[in-house]
Amino acid sequence: MSIAISARKLRKVYAGQPPVVALAEASIEIKDNEFFTLLGPSGCGKTTLLRLIAGFEHPTSGDLEMHGSSVVDLPPHKRPINTVFQNYALFPHMTVAQNIGFGLEMLGKPKAEIKSTVDEMLELVKMTEMADRQTAQISGGQQQRVALARALAPKPKVLLLDEPLSALDFKLRKEMQLELKRLQTETGITFIFVTHDQEEALTMSDRIAVMSAGTIRQIGGPRDIYDHPAERFVADFIGDTNFLPAEVVTFEGETAQVRLASGKTIVARTPEGEAVQGKVTLAVRPEHATIGAEDAGLLSGTLGEVVYFGTDTHYHVSLNDGTGFVVRQQNRPDHDNDVASGDRVGIAFPPDVGQVLKD
Amino acid sequence: MARSFNIRRQTGFTAIAMTCFVLLYMPIILLVVYSFNSGTSIAIWEGFSWRWYQSAWQNEQVQAATVRSLVIALWASAIATTVAVLAALATTRTRKFKGQSAVFAMINQPLMVPEIVTAVALLIFFAMIKVATGYTGLLYLIIAHSAFCIPFAYLPIRARLQGMDLNLEQAAADLYATPFQVFRRITLPQLWPGILAGAMLAFVISLDDVVITEFVKSAGQDTLPTYMLGQLRRVVTPEINAISTVLLGISVTFVIIFTVLGKIKK
Repeated sequence: MSIAISARKLRKVYAGQPPVVALAEASIEIKDNEFFTLLGPSGCGKTTLLRLIAGFEHPTSGDLEMHGSSVVDLPPHKRPINTVFQNYALFPHMTVAQNIGFGLEMLGKPKAEIKSTVDEMLELVKMTEMADRQTAQISGGQQQRVALARALAPKPKVLLLDEPLSALDFKLRKEMQLELKRLQTETGITFIFVTHDQEEALTMSDRIAVMSAGTIRQIGGPRDIYDHPAERFVADFIGDTNFLPAEVVTFEGETAQVRLASGKTIVARTPEGEAVQGKVTLAVRPEHATIGAEDAGLLSGTLGEVVYFGTDTHYHVSLNDGTGFVVRQQNRPDHDNDVASGDRVGIAFPPDVGQVLKD
Repeated sequence: MARSFNIRRQTGFTAIAMTCFVLLYMPIILLVVYSFNSGTSIAIWEGFSWRWYQSAWQNEQVQAATVRSLVIALWASAIATTVAVLAALATTRTRKFKGQSAVFAMINQPLMVPEIVTAVALLIFFAMIKVATGYTGLLYLIIAHSAFCIPFAYLPIRARLQGMDLNLEQAAADLYATPFQVFRRITLPQLWPGILAGAMLAFVISLDDVVITEFVKSAGQDTLPTYMLGQLRRVVTPEINAISTVLLGISVTFVIIFTVLGKIKK
């Protein structure tokens, strides 16, 4: 599979007193046909990176290639890339159909071709009846679809999506997540999706780049990122995590024997390509741990709050050394954990689910 | 709960407001009323007639001055608006540059410098050109009017541009529109109420100008306002009132259109 977008040491600094480093350094390779997500909190540089790819901003240094040739000096209208804007940016003085046809018209396509592509796009986003409406006369979700159709109509090589679902309500957002994934699969266009919503990123993406403070922290598939976060920021930002102090006993390449505060040892994963030793932090997902009898667990403590969530129950445990630990267990009709607040309990988790973090 | 402060409930509010309205509008109302006076006095009412409107309509000097005023105002507002659009684009749609506020001040210079200073400066400057070229036509007045009309056209256009969503222009560029296509297809269709408002404001300002016109005009180049000023030195008849009333009507119409244009949705 070939590389659609390749950024090499891309950097963007805004002049000012003091200068603002929006993107410290980003190197990524995004493949053809990939649903790639830039995930991070606001101000992490994800939108800056997107705007650099679109051509709205010029990098301070570094190189940006598209299918092997540099596009750093190409203005936005010469890049075969289209964008779905956060606020949709539909042209208010044009109808839905005119909006969708705008890109094709600018490319100088013949009228008949524009008409048939617009019809095709209207059908794709299920907006055929709305073709002649003014953009102010349609709902937010419909505007979203029009913005998507407008960006897809010129059949770009790469589609950029800047938090396109953030203005929609919960139910519509869920629908559009599936819809976007379907469109991406159907069209085979590379999607670069920006979001601060980790759930959105996990459900839709082929690969995710987690960003913070202007740098890329980790790139990987949703499972990699979730199950094997490389560092504390990633583990903390994506999902809920328990952090445990531990000490490396033996390092064995991709895994390590670590000793927990209770004195018991267990095998844990280590960050890719890094040797670990001494005191480390171990990350354990709440749903990977189980709660049981005090002497049966790896760790023990006192059960605090028990919070019922319908699908599952959260057990807040205060470990012997004072560290908090949350266990999440799925509720089943035939089974109930017979524990109550104040009980002494043990916590267990299987080998290999713990992840040693980079410092 | 304490009632919030309401200026309309303060003692004396009505009295002060009424005084202001009377002072502002009473003279204008009197001017309009006396334009229909059948006598020759501008202060003693002798009955209703259209006499002075007819007299003004048939006065060849008034006719010539009116045509001249309109020609100058049309050209000046067209030139000023064109320059203002370019200036507004340059000050809102380019990267921030050093001295941007200095440029802003320079564009609005006619609003700040006393008009009489500009008038004297233009008088001297044009006198030199007149000597050098021998040309004494209307062009001097058109240029002078264009110059002081620019800020009046510039401000509403700039306000409109600043209120527009920059994302729209970026979206168009993203959809393969060249910078010129972006302007023609996206910026201009949304900007036109601002452009029209600016042009009309410039037109009214030009139509009304006395000071600069008085200094710059050559012999026999009276505009309507300078003709009226000249008349004051001789016998004043309600003909002046009639002309003023017509000018007032034109201004009011323009102000109404200007306000309506400002309200057109962005």
